[in-house]
Amino acid sequence: MKNEIVLFAVAVMLVLAGCAGAPQKEQPAPTKATTAAAPVAAAEKITLNGAGASFPYPLISRWSFEYNKIKPSVQMNYQSIGSGGGIRQITEKTVIWAGSDAPLSDEQYSKLPGILHIPETIGAVVVAYNVPNVGKGLKLSGEVLADIFLGKITKWNDQKIAAFNPGVSLPDKDIIVAHRSDGSGTTFVFTDYLSAVSDEWRTKVGRGTSVNWPVGLGGKGNEGLAGLVKQIPYSIGYVELAYATETRIPYAFIKNREGNFVEPTLASTATAAAGAVPMLPKGYESWSKVSIVNAPGKDAYPIASFTYLLVYRDQADEVKGRALVEFLWWVIHDGQKYSADLLYVPLPSEVVKLNEETIKLINYQGKSFVG
Amino acid sequence: MNFFPFFIHRREKLRKSITADNLFKLFTGGIALLGVIGLAVLILKELILGSMLSIEAFGLGFLYQSVWDPVFNDFGALPFIYGTLISSLLAIVIGVPLSLGIAVYLAEIASSKVRAIITPIIELLAAIPSIIIGLWGIFVFAPFMREHIAPPLQNYLGFLPFFKGPAFGLSFLTAGVVLAFMIIPIVSSVSREAILAVPNLQREAALALGATRWEAITIAVLPYARAAIFGAVILGLGRAIGETMAVTMVIGNTPQIVASLLAPGHTMAAVIANEFTEATGDLYLSALIEVGLILFAIAMLVNALARAIVWKFLRVKGGEA
Repeated sequence: MKNEIVLFAVAVMLVLAGCAGAPQKEQPAPTKATTAAAPVAAAEKITLNGAGASFPYPLISRWSFEYNKIKPSVQMNYQSIGSGGGIRQITEKTVIWAGSDAPLSDEQYSKLPGILHIPETIGAVVVAYNVPNVGKGLKLSGEVLADIFLGKITKWNDQKIAAFNPGVSLPDKDIIVAHRSDGSGTTFVFTDYLSAVSDEWRTKVGRGTSVNWPVGLGGKGNEGLAGLVKQIPYSIGYVELAYATETRIPYAFIKNREGNFVEPTLASTATAAAGAVPMLPKGYESWSKVSIVNAPGKDAYPIASFTYLLVYRDQADEVKGRALVEFLWWVIHDGQKYSADLLYVPLPSEVVKLNEETIKLINYQGKSFVG
Repeated sequence: MNFFPFFIHRREKLRKSITADNLFKLFTGGIALLGVIGLAVLILKELILGSMLSIEAFGLGFLYQSVWDPVFNDFGALPFIYGTLISSLLAIVIGVPLSLGIAVYLAEIASSKVRAIITPIIELLAAIPSIIIGLWGIFVFAPFMREHIAPPLQNYLGFLPFFKGPAFGLSFLTAGVVLAFMIIPIVSSVSREAILAVPNLQREAALALGATRWEAITIAVLPYARAAIFGAVILGLGRAIGETMAVTMVIGNTPQIVASLLAPGHTMAAVIANEFTEATGDLYLSALIEVGLILFAIAMLVNALARAIVWKFLRVKGGEA
């Protein structure tokens, strides 16, 4: 019996020692990596936790990586858990910066006093389709798209589609509509656009990260939806510009406000953003009405949107606040050069100026970090 | 807390009672109580608290309304409940006969060599991550379904409401088949063990009375193992009801209630996984949590029902065996 007790006790101690030992093992690791200055550097290392939208995640993680090379003492940590999760976390102040594809609604904005919107990049959504023997560049208008996604236009050779596309032989086949099944910023931009161009869409369906789709199949994620469109003949769906370019899926040219059919590219999306600048509010105001879909401009691609970083105007920690402001300042200036590589649209200079004003508002006990 | 006075007042017995055995009993008992029951209660509490907003807004209507509109904040869970039940039921209908066949073959018919090769392979199937099965489902099986399985079903059985309408490859039936693959390893393994545990006397008695092998298996072996086999089916059903990734990839994610098995649908687990991260409104989030609550309740209910059936089986027919 005694032996058993001893054995049991030893086992318990081993387990406890194992638990206690784990963190100790981790600590020496940085010393190896940073050699001489290690003890001091380790103490001063600042980690700034952020969370939110997955759409800008590739760009944000590139920024974190590049910024860490310039400023090794600052580690930007971003969890791409979705806009909703990001907004919840910054509301509870478990993160000090958040990403959101949609601007805060008036309700959300009123619950987050002192929140600032900083548009950090621009995304475009393209309409992808799979019609055998029809390549990229099918011409579509917003009204036609809305009718297709409302289930009112059901055949590819419908007169309304054919009218824009003389010379393209469109088949007498049912259109199979595909949409995102997961809540997503891409869906927000697309439904925002359909709401802007179709009254029926706005009143029946509306805009949101998920909506009550009148027709169609749901695919999870950009890859899931692109997979559906690629596999199902005669289908139509929508994906991010970067995704469409990478997967070489045929996509449509969309009729803009001036009546031109525009190919989605970085340039045509940037034009759309620049055209919308005069309508933008200040960083501390509510952005709930902001939308750059169907923007004016001869070459503006109409299905585009800002994606936002959210931070508080009043920072509770001086050191972290300063590090955050320096990072944000770098993002809207030097950081923009990484956008095009990853097929995100760099901010037009007007928006950069607007962001400068916003970032200057961030303060610790009334003292701005900039200037 | 009661055992402290017990220890203090009976020092004589103290030495005897602190045996490793008793400590172990206490330790495991505590874990069982705290761990299992405590966890279930905590989950239930969180789910109920989280869904209060939605329960207040929609009441019982949440269970029978079929609109799911995040933009206008109108939520009803019926299409998801329907989808979960139909896809799980299909999985059972397709998966259980196959699993039983595998189990009977491995336990009764296969030579020990064949058994040694096939058994680990089937058990290995259980270790495939569901996302991999989902990918196979969407890229391999769904197109196969659309081009080779759906057309004959529509042609020959199209007069039935179950096979009406166009087939996209993503459907209740596709989800059911994929789920069936996922439950086969667990159902067949547990059933095989149950069949192996049947005493040889049963088989010998049947064979001695002139039964063929088939008769011996159906008359003497399977009835003897039925309670355990039923338990295996319930394990499988539990997995099918809760499965998320693989289902959401092949079911088409369209919340609707239709008789056609070739039409796309949606399930409770899938809608939570799909929409939770971007659910920004309070009521929207609450509605999703209430879907979780219903899923929890249905899983519990199915288990309880299964238990009840097993007990009844054992009580009524167990005496004969």
